[in-house]
Amino acid sequence: MQRRSFLKGTLAGGTVAVAMGAGLLSPRQVLAAWPASAFNAKSVNDAMGGLFGTADNTPSNKIQIKAPDIAENGAVVPVSVTTSLAATSIAIVAEKNGQPLAANFELSGSAKGDVATRIKMGKTSDVIAVVKSGGKLFTARKNVKVTIGGCGG
Amino acid sequence: MANSIRIRAKASAGEATVKALITHPMETGLRKDKKTGDKIPAHYITEVKGEHNGKTVVVAQWGPAVSKNPYIAFVFAGAKPGDSVKLSWVDNQGKSDTAEAKIK
Repeated sequence: MQRRSFLKGTLAGGTVAVAMGAGLLSPRQVLAAWPASAFNAKSVNDAMGGLFGTADNTPSNKIQIKAPDIAENGAVVPVSVTTSLAATSIAIVAEKNGQPLAANFELSGSAKGDVATRIKMGKTSDVIAVVKSGGKLFTARKNVKVTIGGCGG
Repeated sequence: MANSIRIRAKASAGEATVKALITHPMETGLRKDKKTGDKIPAHYITEVKGEHNGKTVVVAQWGPAVSKNPYIAFVFAGAKPGDSVKLSWVDNQGKSDTAEAKIK
């Protein structure tokens, strides 16, 4: 099934409506401790708040997300994120998943802003890459159409 | 759980690209057993650590939304062929595994 996605790009420049995370300034978890609050969060903002202590972010064109336009199987959606920003961490978020945060990569020392993994997506939604650089959050998003959801059984 | 990791590392122009596949069920804890109707308990990797010559370069924190038999790739600088790359994971049930490879 080869279909061209005409959606590509239309959402790329979409602005991110960010409810300022007032009161969400929970103390940053100690590094290496698994941030349960972020992974259990039900919304993108709560996930960012739990992970980074703030959901305040800036869309950036220095982040590239590589993911299929159409994922036939939502259980396996390859996602790779590259950035030219000096990233200290890169998080991958599937916006409409019940628990949006899929993965967070803490980069240290010589690590480059270039990571990849495969995630599950329940339904068609934006994949958001959140890059932390110089203490600030930068985001990029890409819409992925999911034909068969990957969270059910 | 021995040999759950397949890892490849390749250096070019001083940068190493590490790619690894881990064999793991990555159960979300939301699926039900079709026969009994019981929930299958959550079983997923929470942390993957990548080390270069004993120095940590990447720590990935994962939730249950990472696919079954996960794939991970990352890139780091300052690498040359023959260096060692170590990958280890820990899951929410306390299991873990480690694999080591030489950069090609």
